[in-house]
Amino acid sequence: MAEAAIAAAPAPRLRVDSLWIAPPLLILAVLFFYPLGLIVRASFGEDAPSLATFEQVLMSSRFLDGLYHTIVIAVSATAGCLVLGFILSLIIAFVPFPGAKMAGRLIDTVIALPTFLVTLAFTFIYGSAGLLNETLMHVFSLDLPPIDFLYSQWGVILAEMTVYTPFIMRPLLATFSTIDQAQIEVASSLGARPLRIVRQIILPASLPALVAGGSLCLLLTVNEFGIVLFIGAKDVITLPLLIYSKAIQEFDYTTACVIAVVNVVLSLGLYSLYRLAIAHFGGRRAGLV
Amino acid sequence: MSQVTVMERTPHIAKPFVASAAPAASDGSRIGFENVSVTYGALTVLHSFTLTVNPGEIVALIGPSGSGKTTALRAVAGFVRPSGGRILIGDRDVTHLAPYDRKIGMVVQNYALFPHMRVEENVAFGLRAHGAAEDVIKKRVPECLAMVGMSTYAKRYPRELSGGQQQRVAIARALAPKPQVLLLDEPLSALDAQIRRSMLDELAKLHRDLPNLTVLYVTHDQSEALTLANHIGIMRDGKLKAFGGSQSLFRHPPNRFAAEFLGRANLLPVTDVQPLDEQMAKVRFGDVTLSARNHHGLARGSDCLVCVRPHDFRFSRASEPNSISGTVLSVQWQGDVHNITFDAGGETVRMTSAPMANPPRIGEIIAVHFDAAEVTLVPEDASHG
Ligand SMILES: Nc1ncnc2c1ncn2[C@@H]1O[C@H](COP(=O)(O)OP(=O)(O)O)[C@@H](O)[C@H]1O
Ligand SMILES: [Mg+2]
Repeated sequence: MAEAAIAAAPAPRLRVDSLWIAPPLLILAVLFFYPLGLIVRASFGEDAPSLATFEQVLMSSRFLDGLYHTIVIAVSATAGCLVLGFILSLIIAFVPFPGAKMAGRLIDTVIALPTFLVTLAFTFIYGSAGLLNETLMHVFSLDLPPIDFLYSQWGVILAEMTVYTPFIMRPLLATFSTIDQAQIEVASSLGARPLRIVRQIILPASLPALVAGGSLCLLLTVNEFGIVLFIGAKDVITLPLLIYSKAIQEFDYTTACVIAVVNVVLSLGLYSLYRLAIAHFGGRRAGLV
Repeated sequence: MSQVTVMERTPHIAKPFVASAAPAASDGSRIGFENVSVTYGALTVLHSFTLTVNPGEIVALIGPSGSGKTTALRAVAGFVRPSGGRILIGDRDVTHLAPYDRKIGMVVQNYALFPHMRVEENVAFGLRAHGAAEDVIKKRVPECLAMVGMSTYAKRYPRELSGGQQQRVAIARALAPKPQVLLLDEPLSALDAQIRRSMLDELAKLHRDLPNLTVLYVTHDQSEALTLANHIGIMRDGKLKAFGGSQSLFRHPPNRFAAEFLGRANLLPVTDVQPLDEQMAKVRFGDVTLSARNHHGLARGSDCLVCVRPHDFRFSRASEPNSISGTVLSVQWQGDVHNITFDAGGETVRMTSAPMANPPRIGEIIAVHFDAAEVTLVPEDASHG
C-alpha cells in the first residue's frame, strides 16, 4: 500500500515538469530545426527529391579542394593553437614576471574582439602594402613586397591561431590554477627538472582542458568564415566560403545547400567527438585534480 | 626527448646514484642554517635564523601558525631564496642550488601525490627523475612500499586511498631515492586524532629502521615534537626563541614563551632569587618561600618566574615545603585525569591529578606542593620578547 503510494507520487509531478521542455523546444524548432530542415530539403533538388546534386557536388574538384583546405586549415590551426596556447599559459601561470595577471586578463579581451579585426590588423602588418613589407622594401630598396605568406593557407592558419589561441588558454589557465603547487614542489624536490614536471605533472592534469579547448577550436576553425574571407587568398577556398560563393555569387542554392549539409555533418561529427572526449576525460579524471 | 629517456635508462648513469646512497648514508647529512633571513617584500618572515640538525637526528620546529616554520623548511628545500645567510646540507652550500639538485625528501601536509599516477608510479617518480635503471626501480619501489606497509596498494590510484594511506605513500615516495635528509611539514595535521597517533608511532619506527636519516619535522603540535624529536626548536615571529634537547627544553624552558608553548606550563611570578648551591635557589611567591632549580643561573636578588607543569602539583595535607594554597575555580573530569584550576595570590594555576573519588569543590581552599627538583626558574623575558 505504502509502496504503491510512494511509487505513484512522482508521476504527476513528472508530467508537469516535462511541460517545461515545450518552450525551448518550440524556440529551437522555429529558429534552428526548421531552417536546417529547409536546407536539407533544398539539397535534394527543387522537384522530386534526388541525390543527383549530392553525387555531382561531392565528386567536383572544387568541393574536394574546399574540403581539403577546410580540414588542413582547421587541423593545423588547432594544433598550432594547442602548442602556442600551452606554452603561453605555462609562462603566464608558472613563470613569475610582472604583468602576468595583466596578460591573463588580456586573453579575455582578445576573446571578446570580433575575429576579422585580427585579420585586418594582420593585413596592416604583413600585407603586401603592410608595415613589414613597406619597411623591408624601403630598407633594402626592393621593388616587390618580399613577404607574401599572408595570402596563402599559412596566412589563414596564422590568423586563426592568433584569434583562437585564447580559447585554449582560458580553460588551461583555469586548470593550472587548480594544480596543487605542492605537487610541483614535491616533484622538484624528488629531482625532476622543469621539463619533466611539465611532461609528467602539468600535461596530464591539463589533458581534459586541452581536449575540450582543442575540440572547440577545431569546431570554430572548421566553420570559420570571416578570417578566410578577409585574408582573401585566391587559392584558399574552404567549405563555408564555397557555400557563400555558391549561394550569394552564383545563386546555385542546391549546390550551396549540399555543401552546407556536408559542413553541418562535419561539425556535428566533431561535436560528437568533443562530447565523447569530455565524457572520457571528464569522467575518468573527475575528482582527481 | 627520446634521447634523454634512453640515457636515463642506461645502468651506467643509474648506478652511481643508488650505490652512493647506501654506503655514503652511513654518516648521514647535517642540515645547517647559518643566519638565514627570508623576506617577502617589506615583510621579514625569518630573522637571521641559525640552527643545526645533526646527521641522523630528528629536529622538530614548533611554533604558532605564521611563525615561519614552513618558510624555514622551504628554504632548505630551495623554494624560497634567503635574502641573507647560508644553508648547508652535509658540507655542501646549497643556498643557491635548484631544488632538484638538493637530493632531499619532502612530505607535506596534504600529501600532494600525483593524482594520475598509480601508487607505484608515484614512488618510482624520484628514482626515474634521478635516472635510475628500470631493474633498480623494480626492486626499490616494492621495498619502499613495504617499509610503510603499503605493498598491497601498489596498483591503486591516490584517490582510492584514505588520508593515512596517502601519507604513507608520500613518505615512501620521498624515501625512494634514498635521500639523506627528509623534510616533513605538518605531515600528520590532515589526519584524525587516532590515525595521527598510530602514524606517529610508525614515523618513530621508520626512523629506528633508517637511523642515518636526518629529519627536519615542522609541526604546531607539541606532542608530535616531544614524541619524535631529539631536539626541538621553538619559533615565534620568524625567530628561534628556544632550542634544546626535547627533555631538557621541556624541563628547563629558557623563557616564558618556550615554557608556555611546550607543555602549557604554569609560570608563577616570584621575587628575590637566593641561590642555595650550584643547582637550587630560594624565591619568594607572595609571603611563601619556594625552592626550585636555578638551571639558568639567575642572579641573586632578581625577579623571575617559576615554571611548574600541571602534573607536578600534589595535594598536601600539612604545611609541606614548597606548598601554596588557593581557591578552586574549576574542576573538570576527563576520564583518566582531573583538571583543576585554582587562584593563588591572583594567579590562575592549572593542575592535573589522578581521578579522585571526592574532588575538591569550586570555592574550596586547597593546598598543593611540588618537588623542588622538578621545577625550574625561568627568566622573565618580556623585555626582549
Ligand atoms: N609567499 C608568501 N608571500 C608573502 N608572505 C608569506 C608567503 N609565505 C609565507 N608568508 C608569511 O610568512 C610568515 C610565515 O609563514 P609560514 O612560514 O608559512 O609560517 P608557519 O609555517 O609557521 O605557519 C607568515 O606571516 C606568512 O603570512
Ligand atoms: Mg606552515
